[in-house]
Amino acid sequence: MKKVKVLCLSAALLLVVGANVFAQKEKLTLEGSTTLLPIAQSAAEKYMDLNPSANLVVRGGGSGVGITSLIDGICDIANSSREIKPAEITAAQAKKKQIEVIAVAKDGITVIVSNNNPVSNLTQSQIADIYTGKVTNWSQVGGKNEKIVVVSRDSASGTFEAFAELALKGQKVIAGALMQSSNQAIVSLVSKTSGAIGYVGVGYASQSIKAVKVNGIAADKTTVQNGTYPFSRDLYMCVIGKPKGETKKFIDFVLSPQGQAIVEEQGFVSIK
Amino acid sequence: MFSFKERAIKFIFSCLAFSCLLFLLAIVVILFWQGAPLFSYMDFSQFFFGKSWYPTSQPPEFGIFPLISGSLIVTLGAMVVCVPLGIGSALYIYELSGPNSKKILKPIVEILGSIPSIVFGFFALTIAAPAIQQFFNIPTGLCALTASIILGIMAIPTITSISEDALSFVPNSFREASYALGANKFQTLFKVTIPAAASGISTSVILGMSRIVGETMTVLMVSGGAAVITSSFFSPVRPMTATIAAEMGEAAFGSLHYQALFAIALVLFMTTLVFNVIAERISQKYALKLGANR
Amino acid sequence: MKNIIIEKTGFFLITMCIAITGLFLALLIYFIVSNGINVLSFEFLTQPPKNSMTAGGVAPAIVGSFYLTVGAVIVALPLGLACAIYLNEYSPKGLVASAIRISVNNLAGVPSVVFGLFGLAFFVKFLGFGISILSGSLTLAILILPAIISTSQEALSAVPNSIREASLALGATHSQTIRKAVLPCAFSAILTGVILSIARAAGETAPILFTAAAFYKRDYPDSIFSETMALPYHIYALMTEGTSPDKQVAIAYGCALILLLIVLVISAGAIVLRNKYRRQNA
Repeated sequence: MKKVKVLCLSAALLLVVGANVFAQKEKLTLEGSTTLLPIAQSAAEKYMDLNPSANLVVRGGGSGVGITSLIDGICDIANSSREIKPAEITAAQAKKKQIEVIAVAKDGITVIVSNNNPVSNLTQSQIADIYTGKVTNWSQVGGKNEKIVVVSRDSASGTFEAFAELALKGQKVIAGALMQSSNQAIVSLVSKTSGAIGYVGVGYASQSIKAVKVNGIAADKTTVQNGTYPFSRDLYMCVIGKPKGETKKFIDFVLSPQGQAIVEEQGFVSIK
Repeated sequence: MFSFKERAIKFIFSCLAFSCLLFLLAIVVILFWQGAPLFSYMDFSQFFFGKSWYPTSQPPEFGIFPLISGSLIVTLGAMVVCVPLGIGSALYIYELSGPNSKKILKPIVEILGSIPSIVFGFFALTIAAPAIQQFFNIPTGLCALTASIILGIMAIPTITSISEDALSFVPNSFREASYALGANKFQTLFKVTIPAAASGISTSVILGMSRIVGETMTVLMVSGGAAVITSSFFSPVRPMTATIAAEMGEAAFGSLHYQALFAIALVLFMTTLVFNVIAERISQKYALKLGANR
Repeated sequence: MKNIIIEKTGFFLITMCIAITGLFLALLIYFIVSNGINVLSFEFLTQPPKNSMTAGGVAPAIVGSFYLTVGAVIVALPLGLACAIYLNEYSPKGLVASAIRISVNNLAGVPSVVFGLFGLAFFVKFLGFGISILSGSLTLAILILPAIISTSQEALSAVPNSIREASLALGATHSQTIRKAVLPCAFSAILTGVILSIARAAGETAPILFTAAAFYKRDYPDSIFSETMALPYHIYALMTEGTSPDKQVAIAYGCALILLLIVLVISAGAIVLRNKYRRQNA
């Protein structure tokens, strides 16, 4: 019994002492969109290499959760893959806070199919028809006679919201769609499924799947940057008020050539 | 005997016990408190029988019938896997394994029961789902079938170890009487021992079912996530637990969506509660029937 | 003759059941071990993730899981043990006692994700602990509390009354009896229950998903109010986020192997301990 007590006490001590000894570093919490996770994670890693005194934490969740946390003061930077909603601005104003939105990267939502699918171009309306269930066979859009397996992101994700807005104009995705909780899951699913169609951030398109042109335009650096690719969007980091201190340093780092190189490395498109 | 110190100690213990109780009750209170406001937005029948779950469209729809049906189909499938395999394994350990291998097998079953669900989910995602997809030549391996098989395997240790306990509680005199009447081992097992242990075995099945219904990470990773009402095992589904885990991270605090997820948690809570009550009733009856004092 | 055939077939089917079960579980362990073993190295265990989580190790996740689990036990053990002592030694038939018994029985089967939601609403939001080790530990503590209470209570009730009576007859007070006579007798059985709960807490993912887990954090947790990486969540995060699946799946295998080893070793230890103790008592 004694041993257990001693063990418990020492463990408790360890927690408390540990808390005070290491609590010196400047802490910065990033939370929000899973789309931005790779950028945020890599940038945080490099930033900490350059500034050993910094202590950055990256958390997922989703754009909405990130912004809510930002307003509640739980995180310092909210990663968002969509613009902030009027309701969120009102919520911030109710707490006398002003949300500053900073575009840090550009992203194209690439429509992907499996490598052995002959279809290489779809119009915007064909994509909308596929996702709303009006078109169910590849032969209807110039492919072989095969059932279309519709793959979508989870309805709570920022990517889903952006796709629903850009591609579907607010229409509902058919209920039979495979809802995947991450970009990576969509890529691996589409690569293994011959009749599948999915959409992911341009950074996730890999050799294992085929990116489809939309209205004849391929999603690449130039078309996303100048906005000619129809499904392109900005990715944001949101802060309260004008960024200052560690927050400003970090955001400046992300916007610097070095930071934007990370953005490109992770397969997104730099802002400039 | 009734010194001040003794009374103080008793008081401290009762305080601690009482705070335990408060914590445990707080779960129920919190679930109701966070989930109930949803029902001022919609009524129960819309919630339970609504056929579409579109929590983020405008206006949002929170019909959990597809989610319930997802949980149901996965649970059914898993039961098909785990009931025969679990009970069969228990019978083997009880009847066919020698005393030495029994000493090894029982602990192994128990240890396997502690494998974390994330490990099963990871295994299912990387190994089982692609294998099942190829084997059945279906569009995706992330479907009710894969989830059912993996959940079924996960529940086997629960069923096996409780069933085996129930079997070994059957008094030896029952079996001896049967042997004396000329019945062979198999007849004795199926006509005497199993019926005598039936309520213990059914308890194990219900507890296994309760584990399957509540399993989260595995179904989140392999069930495919489509909120559809389906009766096909090859179709992706979206059980209730997976919905909570996938969406809670993205539902803003206090929003309707947040309340709806708490309401789902409430449904899950009630379901497992019912399972537990049934299991307990059965095991009480069983204790009476055998006259054992456990 | 017919009976013998039926018997043989029946027993064959039963044997098949356990063989299939064993095969499945052997496959699972084989794949995790064979793919994970190449990843394990000293660096993997002691370094933070590097190069956008495609290299380096998982040290912050291991340490984070350790903190979460230890925290959960620190909270749940005293509470649960006190509760069990109260139930068994002080007021076995009281109103509070039966209420506790009912809630313990029924909470044992509640899905872990429900505990996660409770933790989110109560610890993270209502009490304002934020997403932190504290919230995560408390949530895990409540998750394992029913198990600790029921195993401890079982252990205490297995202590023969003669021991209590002997102690009381020697003039010991009630509390002395509990401390000096009853608890030492029940010690190893209680310990077993606690160790099994540790294994459970270490492997749970759903309860920490919304209460404690961070996607990436290089440093070890610096206070109980900071969020942390954790092994089970790290597996989940690697499999669902990130841009280089082929490199990340290897790390996930490594994590799964570590987690599997930790949990299996802990629970095997507990079970060996219990069997040894049972033999002593038998």
